Amino acid sequence: MIVEIGLYALILALSLSLVQSLLPVIGARTGDARLMETGTVTATGGFVLLAISFSALTTAYVTSDFSVANVFENSHSLKPMLYKVTGVWGNHEGSMLLWVLILTTFGAAAAWFGGNLPPTLKARVLAVQALIGVAFFAFILVTSNPFERIAVPPMNGQDLNPLLQDPGLAFHPPFLYLGYVGLSMAFSFAVAALIEGRVDAAWARWVRPWTLAAWMFLTVGIALGSWWAYYELGWGGFWFWDPVENASFMPWLIAAALVHSAIVVEKRESLKSWTILLAIMAFGFSLIGTFIVRSGVITSVHAFANDPERGVFILAITAFFIGGSLVLYTLRAGALEARGVFGLVSRESALVLNNILLAVGCFVVFIGTVWPLVGELILGRKLSVGAPFFNLAFTPFMVVLGLVMPVGAMMPWKRGSIRRVVAKLRGAFVLALALGALAFAMQTGRSALGPVGVFLGAWLVSGAAVDMWQKTGRRGQRLSRLIRLPGADWGKALAHSGLGITMVAIAGMMAWEQEDIRVVQVGGSFDLAGYTLTLQDVRQVQGPNYRTTIADVLLEKDGREIGVLNPEKRVYPVQQMPTTEAALDIGVLRDIYVVIGDPQQNGGWAVRSYYKPLANWIWGGAILMALGGLISLTDRRYRVAAGARRQAATPTRGVPAE
Amino acid sequence: MTRKAKRLTSIAAILLVIGAAAGLVLTALSDSVAFFNSPTDIVASAPAPSQRIRLGGLVEEGSVVRGGSQKVTFRVTDTIESVPVTYTGLLPDLFREGQGVVTEGTLGPDNIFVADTVLAKHDENYMPKEVVDDLKARGLWEEGTGVVKSDTEPAQTPTATGASS
Repeated sequence: MIVEIGLYALILALSLSLVQSLLPVIGARTGDARLMETGTVTATGGFVLLAISFSALTTAYVTSDFSVANVFENSHSLKPMLYKVTGVWGNHEGSMLLWVLILTTFGAAAAWFGGNLPPTLKARVLAVQALIGVAFFAFILVTSNPFERIAVPPMNGQDLNPLLQDPGLAFHPPFLYLGYVGLSMAFSFAVAALIEGRVDAAWARWVRPWTLAAWMFLTVGIALGSWWAYYELGWGGFWFWDPVENASFMPWLIAAALVHSAIVVEKRESLKSWTILLAIMAFGFSLIGTFIVRSGVITSVHAFANDPERGVFILAITAFFIGGSLVLYTLRAGALEARGVFGLVSRESALVLNNILLAVGCFVVFIGTVWPLVGELILGRKLSVGAPFFNLAFTPFMVVLGLVMPVGAMMPWKRGSIRRVVAKLRGAFVLALALGALAFAMQTGRSALGPVGVFLGAWLVSGAAVDMWQKTGRRGQRLSRLIRLPGADWGKALAHSGLGITMVAIAGMMAWEQEDIRVVQVGGSFDLAGYTLTLQDVRQVQGPNYRTTIADVLLEKDGREIGVLNPEKRVYPVQQMPTTEAALDIGVLRDIYVVIGDPQQNGGWAVRSYYKPLANWIWGGAILMALGGLISLTDRRYRVAAGARRQAATPTRGVPAE
Repeated sequence: MTRKAKRLTSIAAILLVIGAAAGLVLTALSDSVAFFNSPTDIVASAPAPSQRIRLGGLVEEGSVVRGGSQKVTFRVTDTIESVPVTYTGLLPDLFREGQGVVTEGTLGPDNIFVADTVLAKHDENYMPKEVVDDLKARGLWEEGTGVVKSDTEPAQTPTATGASS
């Protein structure tokens, strides 16, 4: 019964969205305030209906109702409660339901907190948001109904893929979708602005926090996914340039560009049409990402089950929204009058450069991601594009970005002087150079990657510090002024430092990690990067829904015990699937990462161990970037200006406790 | 600087970045793209020794030999030809005899494929798409069931999903 209510609510939501995509626009066109106001009611209704629908599916999971095909295929009565709940979005159908739930949540938020928007703009934003809803509700109902029943309910389910039974991955999709779908707000505002033919500072002040929030969620989501890959997949890699990873990275890059270009629209009323284009592309890449993940046209190690019918449907949706908005853009972009003029050397130009680098970086990732498809269709050959391509073609842009960032960030608006800014940053540059040289001196005969990373990271962090310090004036009480600097300044400094830290960590880990693979007898020991590891014991243990082979590995340094690591090899009987659970000794400057392999024919166990320097700073930097976004959202101007008090508070909900 | 000169400068800058991107992309694509080959392809025409390729097929039953020092050898087959592969390291959890596999590396002078990467999916019944397509092209793929035996619901094999919905 509950399940049928869920399906019914979904169908109702579809019809309500149809109404919402029409009435407010008609109202906006004819100037009928009552028609325009219907958007607020229907948006609220859509949100409530989706909440009901999603709760219904969650209930089916929690109560292990195996008469629902989706629950049967992805759950099991013995599964821990946490994973019963997170299993709701651990599959294609359920995750689409979460996708549209988030879509309607954003729509409702715009309806509730958009009281200060011009009524016609608000009406059009809600209509566009509803149109996206119509497309995806129809997609779910036609191709991916999560509420489908099984005539003869089986006794038990097939269980969730054990790799997904993990806290890191449990919360990865919701954050990712909050990011993906959050960008729909920027899209709706962009399309509405094109219809209105008007973009001004107030518009940017609305769009920027939404984009910032979406970008923040995307940052956390990507970081969670990468962290999960690092400790769960058992080879200690954190990024594989897999199409599915790229699918989330491309919108992130464009959203980062949009967050910066929206500042120019807000402060200087310039770069308007470019910002609109970025807003369209940011959500466009979200849709392309959805297509890549769910259609299976591009081989990936972790796509959802493939289905051509779904692929074609999503491709049609993607083509409609990107194509439609681009046509609208070519027709209307000319109407957006730019006001502020700026010199070649100015903050505006620096932000343009930031945008070019990010957009071109995204373009490179896009080429690498779709190249296998191009190769197959045009060259008629199957090929794969791996990490070497991206390392060669993408990294240079990020290095240049890192190099120019501290200079650009301190450039004054309208007209500046490179020499004056560089003079202020001289200390930071010397410090970064010294640290890079130190890293070079301490390593012997390795690649330049590590020192370059250390230099870039130190340059970004110290550059951000100099920027903050410069803002405190010339004399007296500089510290108290520093603390009282606006949230936007602090957010910028933190986010830029976060990027620097991530850069150091990635370069350091790739340059200085050490790997060891060997066969170890029980009781035997070996050395890794100055540590001694001893395989003390290997035991068989029964877990709640798996059997496991667990090893005790003693970790020592200079004869001093640091701890016992317990790498595992689990077998989940329901899915007949083995998983590797690496054991990590997490330290501030390094991780020790141990994996237990197969028993060997002549006794002993295969053991793989890694010394991973700076590993945690990769995600630490990402968290810092997200935190920077969050602090920037608390900036006074979003609460005071445009009366957007509550709206600034909304997107901060659901931020993880770091 | 005049307005026109300014505009020209910024356009030049944009073109420079895009040009650099195009150059990098093309260089990287020509150097680091790995073409997919089936065992039959390799037997028919051996790739150049330095050429990185992907070799995909099924792990031949009974061919996996684990050496003492983490060196594993096995044969990859498309049921017509098979190619010996060596790999040093821990194999993915889902590596099994009779299952689909994709390996990446180079072909050695002794016609033994030296793999530096062995790929398996997160999913038990994963069959690499290239391998499926390749088997289909040779008429060796039975729609819906697959050539590999699957002991769980067919709903998870890529082709069966299409058929069941």
